[in-house]
Formats: sequence, C-alpha cells, structure tokens
Amino acid sequence: MTIKEKQQEVIEEFEMFEDWMQRYEYMIELGKSLPLIDEKYKTDDNLIKGCQSRVWVHAELEGDQLAFTADSDAIITKGIVAILIRVFSNQHPSEIIEADTSFIDEIGLKEHLSPTRANGLVSMIKQLKMYAIAYQTQLN
Amino acid sequence: MSQQIQNITFDVEKIRKDFPILKRKVNGYPLAYFDNAATSQTPIPVMDAIVDYYSNYNANIHRGVHALSQEATDKYEGARIKIQKHFNAEKAHEIIFTSGTTHGINLVANGFGKFLKKGDEIIVSALEHHSNIVPWQMLCERTGAVLKVIPMDLNGELVYSEFEKLVNEKTKVVFCNHVSNALGTVNPIEKIIKKAHSVGAAVLIDGAQAAPHIKADVQALDADFYVVSAHKMCGPTGVGILYGKEQWLQKLPPYQGGGEMIATVNFEKTTYAGLPHKFEAGTPNICGGIAFGAALDYMNQIGFDQIAEFEHELLLYATKKLKEIEGMKIYGEAAEKTAVISFNIEGLHPYDIGTLLDKMGIAVRTGHHCAQPVMDFFKIPGTVRASFAFYNTFEEIDRLVEGVKKAKMMLQ
Repeated sequence: MTIKEKQQEVIEEFEMFEDWMQRYEYMIELGKSLPLIDEKYKTDDNLIKGCQSRVWVHAELEGDQLAFTADSDAIITKGIVAILIRVFSNQHPSEIIEADTSFIDEIGLKEHLSPTRANGLVSMIKQLKMYAIAYQTQLN
Repeated sequence: MSQQIQNITFDVEKIRKDFPILKRKVNGYPLAYFDNAATSQTPIPVMDAIVDYYSNYNANIHRGVHALSQEATDKYEGARIKIQKHFNAEKAHEIIFTSGTTHGINLVANGFGKFLKKGDEIIVSALEHHSNIVPWQMLCERTGAVLKVIPMDLNGELVYSEFEKLVNEKTKVVFCNHVSNALGTVNPIEKIIKKAHSVGAAVLIDGAQAAPHIKADVQALDADFYVVSAHKMCGPTGVGILYGKEQWLQKLPPYQGGGEMIATVNFEKTTYAGLPHKFEAGTPNICGGIAFGAALDYMNQIGFDQIAEFEHELLLYATKKLKEIEGMKIYGEAAEKTAVISFNIEGLHPYDIGTLLDKMGIAVRTGHHCAQPVMDFFKIPGTVRASFAFYNTFEEIDRLVEGVKKAKMMLQ
C-alpha cells in the first residue's frame, strides 16, 4: 500500500465515528498497538522536542524501506504517533520525504488537539521526515 | 448539593455576569475554567477601564503639558496610590510598576549583585517557581554567592526548622513565595521574614499566587520586597508591581536605562530620577497600570475575606469529591493552602487527563507548572492542576469530578 492509500484508510476509519469520544477511544486503542521502540533506543537523541509528554522515535532501514518504532509516556500521544507510523512505516525514504500530511486535518486531529499538542504533532512529522532524509542520503 | 453551600451568602451567579468569557462554549460544552493560578479572567469593570483609557485620555504620562497627558498621569498615579493602599505600603513611591512578577524579581536580583560577594548566601524555598530560582542562580554565577534551599515535606510544607539552621551571618537574601503555584501551600512568611531579619538579610516575597486570595499587608509582614502580577487578580497581562521598602529601593541601582528614569543627562554623567521613576525607564504600560487599579477596586468591592471564604468552600468540596475517585493522589495537603488542587491518577499521564478534560470544556493545567524541583521531589513528570477562583461554582466542580472519572474510564 502506498502512503496515500494508507492515509485514505485512516481517514475512512475516522469517518465512522460520531463524536470526539469515539475518536479518542480509537486513538487510545491505536496507541496500544504501536510497534514499541527497543528500550536501548529510548535516548535523548531520539526524544522529540515540543511535546508536553515524552515521545521517542527510532528508524531502521529494512532493505530500501524505512521502519519506525516509537513510544510515549502519555497514551493519547502514543495513539497519534501510532497513526503516523502506520502511514509512514515500511515505505521508501523518498516517498516519506515527499508525502503530503494534510490527512491530519481530515481526521480532525490538528483541529481538535490543543496548541501544545498540535506543535508536538508537527514536531513528530518533522522528525519522521528528518529520518527519511538521513536514510535517503545513505541509500544514494 | 452539600449543606455548607446553602450557608453561603456569596452570590456567585451575580458575580459571573461580570465575566463575559464564562458564557462561552469550548468544544461544544460550557467553559469550566480552572486555570486561574495561571491567569484569572477579566471582569467588565476592568475592560471598561481599558476602553475608557483608549477612548478618552490615551497619552504619554509625566511630561506632557496638554490635558490628555495630565489626565493619564493623574489616573496612572491614582492607580499607584490604590495599589499602595491595597498592600498597605507606607509610601506611594515604594510601589514600582513592572511588567509582572518575573520583572520585579529580576529587578531586585540584578540590583543585589552590587551588595554580594563570594561566599555570601542566598536562601530560596524548595517550592519556588522557576522565575524565582533562575534569577538567583544567575546572580550566584555572577557574584560567587551560594544558593541554599529550604526543604519541603511530603505535605508540600516548608520545613521551618531546617530554614532556621540555614540562616547565618552569611545570609544576605531570602527568597520565598507567599503561596506555592504548584501546590497552593501558604508559607509561613511572617516567621521567615523575622528570622531573616535577625541576621540582617533582606527578604523578597513572591506574592503572585497569594495576591488573588490574600490581602497582604507589607508593613505588618515587614517584607523588604513583595512582587505581584495583575493578570492573576482580574487585571490585564503585562503589568504588575514591585513593592520595596524605601531604604532598599534607594540603595538598589537602576535596572534599565532610558527615558523617565533620569534627572539630568549629559555625556559625562547622568543622574537618576528619584523613586519610583528610577526603576520605571521608558513609557510604562499606562493603560495596564490603570486597569490594575480597577481590578483591585473590583476585588475589594466583593471583599477579600468573602473571596477567601468562598474559595475555601470550593477547595474543601473539590478535595472531598476528587478523593472519592480510585487511584487519586493529591500533591500538597498543607494545613493552610489556597484553592489549588494538584493531582494525578495512578498509572495515568497528567497530559492525557488534561487533554480529555479539555474535550469536555474543562480547562486545567498539566505539566510541571514551572516548578520542576517540586515535581522532582515527588518523583513525577507533572500533575493536573485545577485552581479555583471566586467565580467558579460547585456545579463546575461536579463537572470536573465527572470529567476526571470519564477520562479515567477512557484511558484505563
């Protein structure tokens, strides 16, 4: 599946919910299914700045595709990072670099999250793309 | 509703009409605002004072010969006198307008550089806000003075006997908040001031969290400095005051150079203006100062005793209700505290709780509340903090309790 297709899948899932509670409950569920980062990668270098809760993301190249693992001490944050990883993981770095992220608006995340969180979300996307850029150089 | 509520004659519904913001909805729910320790809401009379200033007499003060300037000067200086009377300062020029508490602290900390030498000691409390720690650390780096800390206990109270041991002839400044922002603890500042004075040390009290609830009498306290922010007591942001005893303010060097603060200027030497202008360089927040005066009028009209009594009822009610929730841990249960509840629920991150409460229209603060040492003491990343004001209601507290229960259910 391409990033675009995965994004569409997430959008359709979120469209099923009638209110914020269902949406958040689903995010919490997603948080629980997050591919967890190996404890040894929970370092300050992998910590994403700009979040009120702590979020770590690690990236690893598998063939020519990038796989992400992550964790957070807050469960809603975990849900958000899980959505991002579901969309961006197992893709070629160049796809990740070029990916459009407007699906965040479409699932009502950016609009409904507090400003500090919204910033955290922006930081998370930025971090995933930074990893992609770094590994893209390696592939070249 | 509990018995105690019916006994209160305080007309909170009437008061709420003065705060238009309390009528708004957030995420489809009526706003329940419990972030008052961060900033309080603004009543109509204060907004009126702001509109009146810009509509009728907006002008620069002190130097103008024209009518508007005279009027603005009269109102601004009138506000200074209102503030002087409110805090019972002996003289109006002991009230220095600042941009807020942080500015006041920095002004004093910076000035003390002149009096400190290597090995001198500064004492701060373990309950301080970062704004009350960092300026003194910077001062220590500059002068070689040493920072000592009054420890706290598990109730969130300072251990006075430890403070007594810290005070000695090397102590030059003691720095303590009147009320802790993170926990709401009311500190025994009378005793602290008296003890510090016994070795000739100056005492600066951060009154930012106390001023909205307790009417401090700086002369009775014998505080050398007392700092507050207007925006925590129904006034606008960006303005506050530093009270300082005249003898100290005369000794302290000016903090910033500029207009207003000079007597004469030539390229060989500038002489400084007298108090309070020596510390008020540049055009001040004129409108803010006047609106601060209006905020004090408003709160005094309601009465600080009445405010304190009602808020205490809110605190007792909320504490009792919240404690019924399984896994609830309240941080800071000092015998004397203002209407602040800092809490966590076992196994849950404060940020998750705060986010879900926001979705229900309930505004709380989450995080370390700019008091990381306090969080480190309890070995937690932060707390959820609900801080109440006299315009909050028991019904709103019921919503908070239900909201926390709902969040807990969703997160577990």
